Amino acid sequence: MIEAKALTKIFEIKKGDDIPAVVDLNLSIAQGEVFGFLGPNGAGKTTTVRMLTSLIGPTSGQAWVNGFEVGKQDQKIRRTVGVLTEHPGLYERLSAFKNLMIYANLHDVENAEKQVEKYLHMLGLWSRRDDPAGSFSKGMRQKLAIARALLHEPQVLFLDEPTSGLDPEAARLVRSFIEELGDQGRTIFLCTHNLNEADRLCNRIGIFKSRLIAVDTPANLRQEIYGRKVVFHLRTLDPAWKNSIENIEGVRDVQLVDQKFVVGMEDPEGLNPKIIRLLVENGADLLFVGELRHSLEDIYLQTLEEEGEIKDEL
Amino acid sequence: MNFKSIRTIIDKEWAEVFKNRMVLFTMIFMPLIFTVLPLVMLYFTGQEMGDMGGVGTADVPAEFLSACSSDMTGAECMQVYLVNQFLLLFMMVPVIIPVTIAAYSIVGEKTTHSLEPLLATPISTFELLLGKSLAASLPAIFVGWVSFGLFVAALPLLGVTKSVINYIAGPTWLLAIIIAGPLMAIASVNLTIFVSSRVNDPRTAEQISTLFLLPIFGLLFAQLAGVVVINVMVMLSFIGGMILVDIGMVYLGTSIFQRENILTRWK
Ligand SMILES: Nc1ncnc2c1ncn2[C@@H]1O[C@H](COP(=O)(O)OP(=O)(O)OP(=O)(O)O)[C@@H](O)[C@H]1O
Ligand SMILES: [Mg+2]
Repeated sequence: MIEAKALTKIFEIKKGDDIPAVVDLNLSIAQGEVFGFLGPNGAGKTTTVRMLTSLIGPTSGQAWVNGFEVGKQDQKIRRTVGVLTEHPGLYERLSAFKNLMIYANLHDVENAEKQVEKYLHMLGLWSRRDDPAGSFSKGMRQKLAIARALLHEPQVLFLDEPTSGLDPEAARLVRSFIEELGDQGRTIFLCTHNLNEADRLCNRIGIFKSRLIAVDTPANLRQEIYGRKVVFHLRTLDPAWKNSIENIEGVRDVQLVDQKFVVGMEDPEGLNPKIIRLLVENGADLLFVGELRHSLEDIYLQTLEEEGEIKDEL
Repeated sequence: MNFKSIRTIIDKEWAEVFKNRMVLFTMIFMPLIFTVLPLVMLYFTGQEMGDMGGVGTADVPAEFLSACSSDMTGAECMQVYLVNQFLLLFMMVPVIIPVTIAAYSIVGEKTTHSLEPLLATPISTFELLLGKSLAASLPAIFVGWVSFGLFVAALPLLGVTKSVINYIAGPTWLLAIIIAGPLMAIASVNLTIFVSSRVNDPRTAEQISTLFLLPIFGLLFAQLAGVVVINVMVMLSFIGGMILVDIGMVYLGTSIFQRENILTRWK
């Protein structure tokens, strides 16, 4: 559905003063996938979206969206994708209804009025349809802009920070709507710096800062970077037990933190019973056992940090 | 070329623009003043016609005599000479109105970031530009023609003589209103698009773009000073020059109005 090969965009400010916004991006996103594109400010997320929606041309490399090649079949791409741009960019003096009608007509949507009505209902804006968009709250504007991106029922959707600047309540509404869109089988390219959002909504995540640093499912990213870890919380802890645990086959490492052992391993389901038995046989009072889950935030910061270190070494 | 897209853009522009008081004011009052002023002048000079019995064709600048037909009295010829100064005012209508509309429309879209989602639709930049240009120039051409129509219709009511009316509704003025006007509207829209890509305040865009009026003022003063007489020949050369200016301006406008340009270079 979305495919990029060595996609690169370099902005030339002055002669010899270049900003490499996107460098050598390789991506392959399958139909129906919700792909999270995660990166700090200035990472080049918006630039990537603009290239993939054929708004700006790449400096080099190629990309395909919906099977159409960027730069060669631009109009076909624009006809079949929906974009929520970074700024909602509504016509503030015009009513919500009129705002959507303009886009329905530009997309040559059949039964434009019906379709506009459907999405106004769906996003809870129907009762405000005649009010100028300029009178809307930030959350309502964002919803209107999302509706605008959906009028022509695109199968591929690009959402550039759909919840940025929204209060938790509004963000939750928008998020659950995106979830619904994902369930409908649409391919979604979601730019965000909200990590929980990406964790919750996305099948796969790409961590990106001018270059793609890591791509995988949220679960695999966790494992890749930290491996799996299990915490054994004891009432009293004898440091001598550390050695016995380490000697169990399959245990990667054991750390001692307060009254806890943090044990790294690949197969907790197989090893946990053995470790528990060993501890109990040694007379330990086991209070809690649980897997240590790293938040996506840890992973993200860790990844960016490692990337920084690698760059410094070069 | 997708006419539905173009129509949608025009419809959208008008829906927005006519909610703007500044623009409406310019569209109504300026042509109104330009229509009323020459009528007042014609009315009063007509009143004094009797006293001007002594005015001979000798009092009219020699260059202008060519514009007067042989059956005009000296006074009529003088009146035609005076009313001709106002023709140039009429010609400002198709410059000022499109500049105002285009400045608000383009700078407005820029500051609200509404061009990007628009550019993400299947519309081509040419259709978008054409839609915007038509939306800005059609009202000006319409208003220009209507106010000229009203002007001509009011002439007999004010007792303006037949030969003066024949002159005003004659080739020089008709060429100016029907052909030169729209040509000037096209040029001024494209100039405004160019200026609007560089500034972030519609009023600044408007002020810079109205510098385009300078050549018209030049012509006005040249005529007042008796250096130039606006007759059919001058008008035809003016139209010829305007066509060249249009070609240049449309080229400028379309080259500045490109997707990537708009998103990455317009500041
Ligand atoms: N038109 C432009 N001209 C020059 N440089 C640009 C232009 N647009 C973007 N850049 C630069 O490219 C880089 C990437 O910008 P981009 O807007 O794509 O980042 P982003 O990931 O969307 O950031 P944010 O999270 O702040 O939205 C930045 O360094 C930015 O300054
Ligand atoms: Mg961005």
